[in-house]
Amino acid sequence: MGERLVELRSISKSFGRIRALSGVNLYIDRGEVVGLVGDNGAGKSTLIKILSGVAQPTSGEIFLRGQPVTGWSAARLREAGIETVFQDRALALQQSVVRNIFMGRELAGRFGWLKLGKEIREAERLMREIGFTSSLLSPRSIVGTLSGGERQGVAIARAIYNDAELIILDEPTTALSLAETAKVFRFVRQLKADGRAVLFIGHNIHHVYDIADRFVILDRGRVALEVERGELPSAEALITLMEEVARPLTHFETSLGNAE
Amino acid sequence: MSELARSRRGARRQVAAAIGPRLRRFIDTNRAPLGTLAVFAAMMTVFIVANPRVFSEWSIYRSVLTTLPVALFLVVPLVFVVTVGEIDLSFPATMGFSAWIFALLVHAGLSPYLGILAGMATGMLLGFIVGSIAVYLNLSSLVATLGMNFVLRGAIQIANEGMPIALTSLSESSLRTVCSSVVVGVPTQALWVLGFVVFAALLFNRHRFGAHVKIVGDNPESARQMGIDVDRVRVKTFVFVGLGAALAGIFSTLINFTWWPTAGEGYFLPALASVFVGGTPTWGGVGTVVGGAIGALIVSFIQTGVVGAGLSGFYVQFFDGVIIILALIGHRWNQPRYR
Repeated sequence: MGERLVELRSISKSFGRIRALSGVNLYIDRGEVVGLVGDNGAGKSTLIKILSGVAQPTSGEIFLRGQPVTGWSAARLREAGIETVFQDRALALQQSVVRNIFMGRELAGRFGWLKLGKEIREAERLMREIGFTSSLLSPRSIVGTLSGGERQGVAIARAIYNDAELIILDEPTTALSLAETAKVFRFVRQLKADGRAVLFIGHNIHHVYDIADRFVILDRGRVALEVERGELPSAEALITLMEEVARPLTHFETSLGNAE
Repeated sequence: MSELARSRRGARRQVAAAIGPRLRRFIDTNRAPLGTLAVFAAMMTVFIVANPRVFSEWSIYRSVLTTLPVALFLVVPLVFVVTVGEIDLSFPATMGFSAWIFALLVHAGLSPYLGILAGMATGMLLGFIVGSIAVYLNLSSLVATLGMNFVLRGAIQIANEGMPIALTSLSESSLRTVCSSVVVGVPTQALWVLGFVVFAALLFNRHRFGAHVKIVGDNPESARQMGIDVDRVRVKTFVFVGLGAALAGIFSTLINFTWWPTAGEGYFLPALASVFVGGTPTWGGVGTVVGGAIGALIVSFIQTGVVGAGLSGFYVQFFDGVIIILALIGHRWNQPRYR
């Protein structure tokens, strides 16, 4: 096997005296969908923030294509190919679709003047590509007037614009209708088929089970368990594992000891 | 009906169909400035009906055009700072301070053009300092800039002890022709400020900086997640206000040939009012440069108009207030807020 696309080595993060992550190891390969699951407060959001460059780890290292990228800013990591669709979608609601898609990465000439025509054409192409189209939706529409699914479409369009290699989807199906969820799933499979990597974070274990190839269970700031999809017969099995992991540590250790 | 007439009617319908959505889009994206323009038109109609003779003379417009540019240099950058979600109340003192540096250099016998550059640099530096204090020390910009306004004005007062600087040499300078004379009935400062407003409007709507200003004002957390240096964008808007304040101070000194230690104080509330009368809301994320410019026009015309309409000067403040409130109610109804 070649080099990992992304690798986190013993990542820790403390906020004052609170330890959000301790010694997290995680890798993601090309063409792979990794499901990150865990209870509230397990450290999922902190891990996403570190991987997207919004927050910096207290200790540990991050590698992208084998190169160290620890300490890189959000802008630099985006440039290098890591895109994130945040849970709150990180949209500016009073701005147009096109301004949101090109947020922080405006298409501009040498002196910073916007290439508005080009941006609008590109935005139209992206919206078509991910299938979030309607006659009422144009790149000039104000995002605040759109539905939840359409807003998710804008956030996803923004994430795929730069041919990112890793796309982090934080709770992408929360508050979406069934049809919209199906669209997101179709889109994730398409990314996988294109050889891109996806880190899929979800509360709805059934959704995560349906889409991911490998599951990483986070518990109280540690990676408690990693399972291939092939090892689990159903979503229920994954839920049982998570419950097992979430028990007080002594229980967990004894049950693991018995298994071995 | 002839074949020709029918095809012509079809063509006309096609043109209407092509123009229709475009016109609608134009109205949709320019609701705020168009609303402000409507307020201005309504106000001027009242003034003209009240005293047709005074308002049909060019001299009344020329007098507004002489003083309006100074206000516009202040109002237009304030639109940026309000849109980014901050406020700058230090601009009157920055205006006085930058003009003071300009006056000192000219008084010392240096080229007035050099004085302008020094004044502009001073304004931008002060904007940078004021902005950095508010943004990087994480203070409320409302209170921090109010404090800086007192600090800077106080420094001016301490150094000058209330004494003005007369700049009689300016009346013979070529700068006067360039910046403050009259060309075909139009004061030249009006032409300069027109360029400034057009440039600022392009910066706001067609430049990366304007796009970032709106995004940061709209959702700073998202902007940060998308890699925008939020604090830097905020500080830049303060630098822009400093530049505008410096230009306002220099032009007002050029008009009077005298620098006063109180320079800028009179613009404090009218300039702020113009921003909001122009249709820039207080909550950030959206704003309008052209609306702000029309807002400044409205505020300038109230004074001239009230007196011109035959009322005593005591009515000016009252009508100022009435117009501000009416304009705000109008914008509230005209612009939806998304959150």
